[in-house]
Amino acid sequence: MLRLFRGAQRLSGQCRRYSQATIIGSEPDRNDPTFQENKAKMDELVDELRQKTSDVIHGGSEDAVRRHTARGKLLVRDRISRLVDEGSDVLELSTLAATDLYKGQVPGAGIVTAVGKVHGQDCMIVANDSTVKGGTYFPMTIKKHLRAQAIAQECRLPCVYLVDSGGAHLPDQADVFPDREHFGRIFYNQANMSAEGIPQISVVMGSCTAGGAYIPSMSDESIIVKNQGTIFLAGPPLVKAATGEVVSAEELGGADLHCRQSGVTDHYAQNDEHALLLARNVVANLNCNSDRAVQIRAPQVDEPIYDIEDIHGIVNANLQRPYDVRELVARIVDGSRFHEFKELYGDTLVCGFASIYGHPVGVIGNNGVLLSESALKGAHFIQLCAARKIPLLFLQNINGFNVGREAEAGGIAKNGAKMVTAVSCFKGPKITVLVGGSFGAGNYGMCGRAYSPSFLYMWPNARISVMGGPQAATVLSLVSKGKAEREGKPWTDEDERKVRAPLEEKFEKEGRPYYSTARIWDDGILAPKDTRKVIGLSLSAALNAPFKESKFGIFRM
Amino acid sequence: MLYLKQLNRICELNLRHSRRLSHAHQLKADVKHRQIDKVLIANRGEIACRVMRTAKKLGIRTVAVYSDADKNAVHVEMADEAFNIGPAPATQSYLNKSKILDVAKKSNSQAIHPGYGFLSENVEFCEQCTSEDIIFIGPPTSAIRDMGIKSTSKAIMSSAGVPIVKGYHGEEQSIEKLQAEAQRIGFPIMIKAVRGGGGKGMRIAMTQSEFLQQLESAKRESLKSFGDDNMLLEQYITDPRHVEVQPGLSEETRQALGEAAVRAARAVGYVGAGTVEFILHRVTHDFHFMEMNTRLQVEHPITEMITGTDLVEWQLRVAAGEPLPLSQEQIVRRGHAVECRVYAEEPGAGFLPRAGTLHRLVQPQPEEHVRVETGVRESQEVSVHYDPMIAKLVVWGRDRNEALAKTRAKLSEYQVAGLETNVNFLLRLSGNPAFVAGDVHTAFIPQHEEALFQRPSAARQSARALSAAIGHLLMTQKNNTANKSSKGIDVGPSAWRPNYQLKKTISLKLDDKEMKVTVEYIKLNEYRVQVDGGAWQQVEASLSGDARGVRLTTTVDGERRTVGLLAHQNQIHVYDEDGQTVAELPQADFRGGGAEVASTNSASSPTPGVLERILVSQGDKVVKGQPLFVVIAMKMEYVVRSTRDGVVASLAAVKPGDAVGKGAEVVLLEPEN
Repeated sequence: MLRLFRGAQRLSGQCRRYSQATIIGSEPDRNDPTFQENKAKMDELVDELRQKTSDVIHGGSEDAVRRHTARGKLLVRDRISRLVDEGSDVLELSTLAATDLYKGQVPGAGIVTAVGKVHGQDCMIVANDSTVKGGTYFPMTIKKHLRAQAIAQECRLPCVYLVDSGGAHLPDQADVFPDREHFGRIFYNQANMSAEGIPQISVVMGSCTAGGAYIPSMSDESIIVKNQGTIFLAGPPLVKAATGEVVSAEELGGADLHCRQSGVTDHYAQNDEHALLLARNVVANLNCNSDRAVQIRAPQVDEPIYDIEDIHGIVNANLQRPYDVRELVARIVDGSRFHEFKELYGDTLVCGFASIYGHPVGVIGNNGVLLSESALKGAHFIQLCAARKIPLLFLQNINGFNVGREAEAGGIAKNGAKMVTAVSCFKGPKITVLVGGSFGAGNYGMCGRAYSPSFLYMWPNARISVMGGPQAATVLSLVSKGKAEREGKPWTDEDERKVRAPLEEKFEKEGRPYYSTARIWDDGILAPKDTRKVIGLSLSAALNAPFKESKFGIFRM
Repeated sequence: MLYLKQLNRICELNLRHSRRLSHAHQLKADVKHRQIDKVLIANRGEIACRVMRTAKKLGIRTVAVYSDADKNAVHVEMADEAFNIGPAPATQSYLNKSKILDVAKKSNSQAIHPGYGFLSENVEFCEQCTSEDIIFIGPPTSAIRDMGIKSTSKAIMSSAGVPIVKGYHGEEQSIEKLQAEAQRIGFPIMIKAVRGGGGKGMRIAMTQSEFLQQLESAKRESLKSFGDDNMLLEQYITDPRHVEVQPGLSEETRQALGEAAVRAARAVGYVGAGTVEFILHRVTHDFHFMEMNTRLQVEHPITEMITGTDLVEWQLRVAAGEPLPLSQEQIVRRGHAVECRVYAEEPGAGFLPRAGTLHRLVQPQPEEHVRVETGVRESQEVSVHYDPMIAKLVVWGRDRNEALAKTRAKLSEYQVAGLETNVNFLLRLSGNPAFVAGDVHTAFIPQHEEALFQRPSAARQSARALSAAIGHLLMTQKNNTANKSSKGIDVGPSAWRPNYQLKKTISLKLDDKEMKVTVEYIKLNEYRVQVDGGAWQQVEASLSGDARGVRLTTTVDGERRTVGLLAHQNQIHVYDEDGQTVAELPQADFRGGGAEVASTNSASSPTPGVLERILVSQGDKVVKGQPLFVVIAMKMEYVVRSTRDGVVASLAAVKPGDAVGKGAEVVLLEPEN
C-alpha cells in the first residue's frame, strides 16, 4: 500500500521533471539483511542519543530541581517554552555540552542556548540553568554562551538572556576569567551587537552577581522578577565583610530597588510567567520587520518523496561501506528534486541545486575521497552559489583527499586548496552536517568547524579526527618499527599490538560525536530523521541576516 | 421558593398546549373596525422584538420605547421609531404610564401592545389608554381588574360554574376567622397572600397545630414583599399536585378544559388573548381553576407551533375590530412543542439571577421547527434592572420525544460567555427520564435534585480537561500564526525539540476542582496526554471553526469527538452535549503591570511646591487610594493619595499656602497593628 502510494507520488514527480528538476533517490529493499543490520545499528545509536539527552534535560540534582520549583520558579526549558510562540519549534544547541568533562556532571554545561521564534521573530535565547551548580559558569558554559552570541551576531538574531546564575565557577576561575574568549567577552559581545542594532534583552530571574550584573546592565531593555531576581556587584556577605553593612539580597539589588531607584532594570515582573510575557512584549516592539533580508513564503512546500526514516537502513554504521549520498539528498530536499551540477565529472563529490522548505540551497555531498576533479568542481559550484546568493549545505562523509604519487602529480594539493579557499571565502550561510566520517583535509574542504559554518551538526554515527584510528596506528607502528630496526631491536607482533591498540582506542574515543559535542566542536548531535527540520530552522536563522558578498582569494592555477 | 419560580416554567412548558386551546374562544370580534397602521410596543427584550416582527409582516409601523439602559438594545434597532422614556429602573421607564402615553400620542400610534409583564395587566394604564382613545391590545379594563384579584376571580369563576379549589377568599382577616375557615376547608391547607406571586407569602400547614405558625410566617413575608398581609386559604391537594401533560390527556378532558376556559372568559367579558390556568389531578383528571393571565403568555409560541397560528397577528386583527381568522373547529393541533427559557442565572445557587456582559453569545439558528426568540446580542448587557432572560428556544417535533431530542440538540449549540446560564440545567432536565416520560409536577426539581444537579463523572471531567488544555494550546498557537506574519522559513512548526519531546503541564480549574493536564507533543497535532496522573492517552487534535465558533476535534485512543471551544479571558469554555464547562487557567491578571505601591504610614510631598489643600483631618478613616492633600508645583497639581486603609494619626504643622519640600511628610497614618 505504502509502496503503491509512493509509486504514484513518484510518477507525478516524474511528470514535473521536465518543467522543474529531476527527482532523485530510490526505494530501498527493506528486507535486505544489510538494510536491516544498518537500521538496527542506527536505531540503537539514536536511542542512545535520546537517552543521553533525556538524562541531561532534567537539569541538576532532584534536590536542586525541587528547591528551584518550590520557590515558584520555572525550570529553564519551561521558561523557554513559555517565551517562544506556542507550538513553535525550538532549535536547542549543544544540549550535551560538557558531558563527562568535569568532576560531577554539569548537564548541558548549566546553560541552554536555543533559536526560537517570539512573535514570529527568530531569537537567540541564552538561559542559565540554576539547578546545575547554581548556574555558575564553567569553561564550557562560557564557550556555549559565546557560541550562541557568535551565531546571534552573524545571523543578526535578537538576544534574550534568561539570567539565573551565580557568576563564575570560582574553582575554575583561571579557565573562565582572564582570556580573550572568557567571561568578559559576553559583555563585549553585548555592547558590539547592540552597536550593530542587534537587540539585547535580559530577563533577571535569579542572581546576577558581580560580573553577571553586567548582563542586564548592558542590555537594551531588561526585566526583573520580584523576590527572585537580584543584581549587584557584591552580594550581602561580601558587603558585610567590606563595609559592615547588613542588608538582604532583595534590598541590595531586588526588583523594587532596580525598577524604582537605580534604573538598572526597566520592567517589573510579578513572577516568571509575567516576566516571560513581558519579554514577549519587548520582542513584539523591536520593529524587526524592517531589516529582514529574506521573506520566505513558499506557497506550497513539497515534502521529500522518500521517507527520511529509511536513512537508518541506508547509512552504514561502518564508515568504510559507502552509500550514494543522493539517497540522503532525496530524503532532505523538497520533493526529492535535485538539479545536479557536473554529474559526470569528479563524481566523488555530488553538487547540485535544490530547495528546502521552499528556499534554494546548494548541496555538496561526498561519494568517496576528493579527487582533483571533485575539488575543482566543488570550488566552481561554491562560486556559483556565492554569485547567486544561495546558501550552502555540506553533507560531510569524507576520508580525505586522494593520496599517492599520481594524485600529487595531478596537483591534488593545489586543487584541494582551491576548494578550501572557496569554502573559506564563501560568506553566505553555510550549514554542515557530519553524516559519516570527517577526516583530515576532507574536513577542511567540506566546511569543518574551522571554516565558520553558520551551524554544524553531527549524526550519532559520525566520527571526526585528523585521520582514521587504524591509519594513525599504522603510521605510528611504521615509525616505531623503523626506529626499532634502526636500533637493531627486534619488532614483534606483540610490539606492534602494544603500539596500535592504545592509539586506535584513543582515536575511537576522541572521534566519537559525544566527545566532540561535549567540547562544543559542533552545535549538537541530531537524529538523521530530524535533518531536514534542523536544516530548515538553521537556514531560517541564518537568513535573518542579509546575504553577504563573498570575495575569493587567489586560486592557484 | 426559587424552585417554585423554576417549576412554574416547567409546568407551563408542558401545560400550555392544553390551556392554549381556549384562546380561540376568547378572541371575540365584537369591537368596531378600526385601522391600525402604527403600534407602540410598551415593552423590551424578546417580546418587543417578537411583536414587531408580526407588525412588520402586516405592514404596521412600529414604535419602540426604551430606557437609558436599553439605548443599544435590539428592539430599539428593530423599530421604525424609538423613544427614550427615562432611566434604567423600570418604575421610571417601562412602568412610566404617562411617558409611554405621551410617546404614543407624539408618534401617532393608534395602539399599544403591552407584551407581558410591565403594564400588560395594569388596570390604570388600560383605562388611560381608553380615555386617550388609544387601543390597548388586551382585554377590557374590567376583565383585568376581575382576574387580577385572586379572591374576586375565584368568586366569579365559582358562580360561572367553573370548578374552583375549596377555599376562603373573604375580606374578614381576623386570626380567629381564618382559623375557623381552615377548620372548615380541612388540612393540609395552603395559606396564600392575596397579592402574592412567585411563591412569596405562601405556606402550607399540614395540620391544625402548625396553622398559626405558618400563617404568621406567611403574613410577615407578604407584608415585606407586597406591603399587605391579607391572606386567602385553599385546600392543599397533596396527591394531585402533579400537573399532567399532553400524552396522558384524553380528548374529553381537553375538551372539558377548553369549555371551562371559555366559561371563565365569558364570565368576565373577555376580549383578546389570555390564559386560563387549572390545577389537574394526576389520576382522576379532575381540574380546578387557578387563575387567568389577561395577556399574551410568555409561552405563546408553543400554541403557535402546534396550531400553525400567529397569536400576535390575531391580537392585532382583533384589536383592529377584525373577526377571528379561524374558529375553534378550524384549529388543528399538530405534534408537540417545547419551550425553554434560557436565563442568565445560576441553577446551582438556587437559580439566582445573574447580570453582566454577554461577551459571547452563539444561539441555534432559527429554522422551520426551531424558533429562537431573543432580544439580546453578543457583547450586550443582561441588565440588573430587568428579567435576565436571554432567549426562548421553542422547538417543534412530531411527538414529545422528538421535540425533546431536538430541544437538547439545539440547547447544546448555545455558547455563552460572561454570564452563568441555565443551559446545562435545561439540558439535564430535558434529558431526565422522568421528565421525558412526562412525570412532571410542581415538586419535580426538589424530587430529582440529585440527578439534576449531579456532578459530572470523573471520566467526563477529565475528557473535558483534556479538551480544554489541548484547545488552549491550539488556539494560542493559531492566534500566534494568525496575527503575526512569521518571518523566516516556515518549517511547519510542530513544537519540535531536538532528541526529546516537549512536555507541558497545564493547570486548570474545572468546577472548583484543580486538575493538571500534562501534554507531551509528538508531532503536529499529535500528543500524549495525561490528566491528573491518570493513564497516558494518545491524542490527535485539530481545530476548525467559523463565525459560530471554534470546534475542537479530538481522537483519544481511537475515539473521535467534537466539542465547541471558546477562550474568554483566562477561561476556556468547552461545549459538549451536556452544555458548557468552564475551565479556568491560573493565569494571574498582569494588567496594570507589576509593582504594588508600597504601603507606608506617611504621605509626603512628591515634589517641592506649595501646599494647596489638606483633604483629611486627624482621626479620619481613610481608604487606599483616597486623596489626602494637594501640592502645586510648576503650575501642576499633584494629588497625594493614601497607600493603604487606615486612620489619620496626625497632620504636619503646615497650612495651605506653605512651601513644602520634596519628601516632606504632610499626613501621618496610625501604624498598622
